[in-house]
Amino acid sequence: MFEVRIHGRGGQGVVTAAELLSVAAFREGRHAQAFPSFGSERTGAPVVAYCRIADQEIRVREPVMTPDALVIQDATLLHQVDVFAGLRDHGYVLINANRSLAELHIDEILDQVHPDRAMTIPASDIAREHVGRPMPNAVLLGGLAALSGIIHLDSVAAAIRERFSGELGESNVAAAAAAYALVRATMDEEEPAHAHAD
Amino acid sequence: MRMQIEGSQAVARTVAACRPQVICAYPISPQTHIVETLSMLVKSGELPGCEYLNVESEYSAMSACIGASAMGARTYTATASQGLLHMVEPVYNASGLGLPIVMTVANRAIGAPINIWNDHSDAMSQRDSGWIQLYAETNQEASDLHIQAFRIAEALSVPVMVCMDGFILTHAVEEVDVPEVDEVQAFLPRFVPKQVLDPDDPVSIGAMVGPEAFMEVRYLAHAKHMRALELIPQVAAEFEQAFGRDSGGLVRPYRCEDAETIIVALGSVLGTIKDVVDARREQGDRFGVLGIQSFRPFPLDEVREALQGAQRVVVLEKTLAVGIGGVVSSNVRTALERTPLHCKTVIAGLGGRPITKESLDGMLTEAHADRLEDLTFLDLDHELVGREVERMRSGEQTGPSAENMLRELGAVRATPH
Repeated sequence: MFEVRIHGRGGQGVVTAAELLSVAAFREGRHAQAFPSFGSERTGAPVVAYCRIADQEIRVREPVMTPDALVIQDATLLHQVDVFAGLRDHGYVLINANRSLAELHIDEILDQVHPDRAMTIPASDIAREHVGRPMPNAVLLGGLAALSGIIHLDSVAAAIRERFSGELGESNVAAAAAAYALVRATMDEEEPAHAHAD
Repeated sequence: MRMQIEGSQAVARTVAACRPQVICAYPISPQTHIVETLSMLVKSGELPGCEYLNVESEYSAMSACIGASAMGARTYTATASQGLLHMVEPVYNASGLGLPIVMTVANRAIGAPINIWNDHSDAMSQRDSGWIQLYAETNQEASDLHIQAFRIAEALSVPVMVCMDGFILTHAVEEVDVPEVDEVQAFLPRFVPKQVLDPDDPVSIGAMVGPEAFMEVRYLAHAKHMRALELIPQVAAEFEQAFGRDSGGLVRPYRCEDAETIIVALGSVLGTIKDVVDARREQGDRFGVLGIQSFRPFPLDEVREALQGAQRVVVLEKTLAVGIGGVVSSNVRTALERTPLHCKTVIAGLGGRPITKESLDGMLTEAHADRLEDLTFLDLDHELVGREVERMRSGEQTGPSAENMLRELGAVRATPH
């Protein structure tokens, strides 16, 4: 079982991101479960959503307590919410920021994370460029596909198209593909022989 | 069709495939997505021959359902929490009149304090209303139970509540095989009402009944539930034949055959419990799980049969009967009357508190070692509540307890400085 926790703010499509990820996994013939943290969501308030992916039926209904991957859609949450709680050893961390990890002042956390498994990408900027608005959710899924290998980019693209028809879908697919390419390029730079998780 | 779909959407599509003729509803979280989707399916023509009534309250929703059902229409509604409480008077009328309305209850806590999250307080408050109550473990089962519910309701002329955990199921996106309209229509006969208001052949439904026959009317309501004990497993078996899935029925035992300790529960928490039980089985601890799918009627014989080989029984429930403890456990105790088995009560998950594998595992350890109290509150913050108890004992004006405890947790700023 691979467990993902997505943190963001109300209005950033956090819940949609978890759902899209589950649809992408379903399209690959796997079992998946996505659900929100069930708050009274308001624009700007911290929001959490979860996605589990497995090859067997998923029965557990607890929130994701020990994520294999964390997606942080808003870097201002890093010093407000304990977003890293329960992160597994060797877990993946993908943060939406147009600064480097070192500039985020989370050294004590990064000490516990494999350097090649944590990354920032300017997801809002990429979204603005492709979609015309800073909606980072689909972009980060493209990034997560590259960073973790848990899902194929094609499946993410198909899930996006299933949810958003026409131009909105295509532009989000392009944004996700751009993020995928960016993450792959960064990984190749850092460690050419990076082994993907299965 | 197999799809990755939100629980609410799956239920709405399945209800639509049952071809209800009247839907009267008032939105309330966490049920809203269900009626929202149904209203769109009516509007788009995907649910033909259905009148969707947007009413101004839950009281009106159930009242309109009663009228529609009495006119012989297949009738559906959905609600939750305060909404269910608001419609209580017509809820009793619907069952008292024997009208086969199907209603989804997206289980949510009852205030005060206001809380939108999941527990079973709402549906459990209506356990004696005369409605049949079926509880879903997964979104697949929630979806399937609606088809079975119409079948059971219309065969017996009794209303049925399908209870599904609010948010945990209604808002979860997972794989559901959403039945096709023709499959459902083949399974669900055309609704032939046992009683109908017809201007050409006038009758009265709901006239006053005095002491001379009221008891007999109530007895008949109970007798119908006893018939439902036979019908519910039959319908589940036919459903399995038609759809190839085991959904519904009265109870669902899991690894109970040689179990020393059996955990009894309702709804979506069963999945988490099964995972924990499997892990403990690997360590050699003989735990089992008994899911109760039909809470009303309560299957006394099936519960006793499933539990009687065990040494210990723990009922984990998402309702607190203030002043005594458990609701489900009181019913399980009735089932165990002629056995030496004693049943412990664990109250868990009230107001949406997550029921974690870690906490369940700890509880199983306590149960296995016979250290569990008769009544336990899983993950209760004893320090927090202890301090409030101290304040209350001080005899001074301490202010509202809920806000006092929230302030201690730092969740609200109650004072301006």
